[in-house]
Amino acid sequence: MKKVYVNEERCLGCHLCEFYCSFAGGGETDMAKAFKLGRVVAPRVRIEESKDINFAVQCRHCEDPLCVKSCIAGALTKKNGMVEIDKAKCVGCYTCVLVCPYGCIAPDKKSGGKTVTKCELCLNSAAGEPACVKGCPNKAIVYEERGEQ
Amino acid sequence: MKYVIIGNSAAGIGAVQGIRELDKDGDITMISDENYHTYSRPLISYWLKGDVTEEGMKYRPNEFYTENKVNALLGKKVVSIDKKNKTVLMDDASVTEYDKLLVATGSDPFVPQLEGLDKVKNKFTFMKMDDVRAVRERLSKNSKVLIIGAGLIGLKAAEAMVRFTNNITVIDLSERILPAVLNEEASHIMKHHIETTGVRFVLGTTVKEFSENTATLTNGDSIDFDILILAVGVRPNTELIDAIGGKVDRGIVTDDTQAVKGFSDIYAAGDCTKSHDITSNTDKMIAILPNAFMQGNVAGKNMAGGVAHYTNAFPMNAAGFFGLHIITAGSYSGEEHTAISESGYKNLFIADNKLKGFILMGDMINNAGIYTSLVREQTPLNEVDLALLLEKPALMAFPAEYRKEKLGGQR
Ligand SMILES: Cc1cc2nc3c(=O)[nH]c(=O)nc-3n(C[C@H](O)[C@H](O)[C@H](O)COP(=O)(O)OP(=O)(O)OC[C@H]3O[C@@H](n4cnc5c(N)ncnc54)[C@H](O)[C@@H]3O)c2cc1C
Ligand code: SF4
Ligand code: SF4
Repeated sequence: MKKVYVNEERCLGCHLCEFYCSFAGGGETDMAKAFKLGRVVAPRVRIEESKDINFAVQCRHCEDPLCVKSCIAGALTKKNGMVEIDKAKCVGCYTCVLVCPYGCIAPDKKSGGKTVTKCELCLNSAAGEPACVKGCPNKAIVYEERGEQ
Repeated sequence: MKYVIIGNSAAGIGAVQGIRELDKDGDITMISDENYHTYSRPLISYWLKGDVTEEGMKYRPNEFYTENKVNALLGKKVVSIDKKNKTVLMDDASVTEYDKLLVATGSDPFVPQLEGLDKVKNKFTFMKMDDVRAVRERLSKNSKVLIIGAGLIGLKAAEAMVRFTNNITVIDLSERILPAVLNEEASHIMKHHIETTGVRFVLGTTVKEFSENTATLTNGDSIDFDILILAVGVRPNTELIDAIGGKVDRGIVTDDTQAVKGFSDIYAAGDCTKSHDITSNTDKMIAILPNAFMQGNVAGKNMAGGVAHYTNAFPMNAAGFFGLHIITAGSYSGEEHTAISESGYKNLFIADNKLKGFILMGDMINNAGIYTSLVREQTPLNEVDLALLLEKPALMAFPAEYRKEKLGGQR
């Protein structure tokens, strides 16, 4: 299963992946316009940064996903290696936020917190390949096979 | 192999999935006295509130039973287990054989012995689909609702009902709301928040006596109502195991494979069992859905001949009331680290070099799972950047090697 991986050593902490992520999920075609209009940015990738290191984190699509096991509504499922959310079923209880060890599922600001949002590898969007990977200027985020289920 | 599962909810479904990971063909029979396709119990309040439809409450898709080759016997109650002949008897006198049995009977509402309760006509519990249907039929904008119990269930009931009426009173013997989940400070914040919606609290008192439409309190006051909701707690359904001499100590006692103590082919999982809380090192009831699913899942794998252990249970809760969310885990003892923000609150409890528990509210809930993982793994805190973690949950606080393993696909 191909997954998104981050090479800490290469990450510049430039936050471009966040921008590309918000853009990819927003259905907006003009990036400048999207941000000027003050659309709520709800990226499914999070940058952690300090003096010495930066890195981006997004859903690991865990082999044994705690979020899926814990979801009270049956809104999270794992299919073909990817953990998906059915926003129509999600009731925004945040049990998944409570259990995800990586902090990779978050209240969806676009819905006013009524649902959660997470990385779905851009498979449901037009990009085809994850937008964060495509947009990273330093190849710090890669989309590849490392033998994980 | 013949599997029989009593209970059609989170623990039972977890077991079906666990069994099917290892055994694609064995016969699975699932029995429930609730005549519904498996539904999410916590969603009953969302249904009453109007946030989800009955279809949306389904815990698994319509095809779940057929896809997993489950013979679902709905609307039937198991009345006894015959452990010698390995059969279960149902209330319609039918009998089913098992090789491996799972008791996933959950819990029932605890109904307190209160003087005059039998005189109250419109009284309801708040646990099942049929309960909320009955409440829904009674509710109108003139309803006067009295809820006994300011725990998670009582407050979820209140939240669902403000859409119908602005006359809702919640009473509790405890001096504060959500006493089992929040400390005094957090409880205070939540109480103020809920009161802004018009819900009234009467705390530190209980009902001395009921007449049909009036509750007289021990403090002398009286409250008129026409709908009474009883939400004082839950009681595990242990009778079936009790009757065959299995070990019961409030909840059914199991080992970490979920096998009932003393039996090799009878398992139990979910709200009907007692769990071992790793944060306080005590056995207790942990009546939450993720715990039920995971115990059921472990039971299922073991029933199908696999090897699985459930060894890291602890209490945890995520819930929102009128838009204010709380995320809590573990036990609240040890050194406290508190922080208050504009619209949030946080308290971390540290003892023996470990994060024992936490309470997060409002804008402090983000990335909470990173804290939960410290609780789950009981990570020695000297191995992480504690100062950073006290400030916020961050993976940065873990050693680079750990990150490489976890985030780099080496684990
Ligand atoms: C209003 C409400 C809100 C909640 N909110 C949350 C929440 O936000 N988060 C959370 O984690 N948890 C929540 N919970 C708790 C959660 O619902 C339970 O922990 C979970 O449902 C337990 O699952 P279970 O499978 O063990 O048992 P149950 O869900 O209780 O299911 C047991 C089933 O077995 C059936 N049964 C029992 N005895 C027999 C018998 N003899 N024969 C046949 N069938 C039988 C019962 O009728 C029932 O259908 C909430 C509960 C309620 C009531
Ligand atoms: S949301 Fe978190 S727990 Fe769920 S699959 Fe992604 S990383 Fe794993
Ligand atoms: S917030 Fe949504 S996806 Fe997360 S556990 Fe609750 S219902 Fe499931």
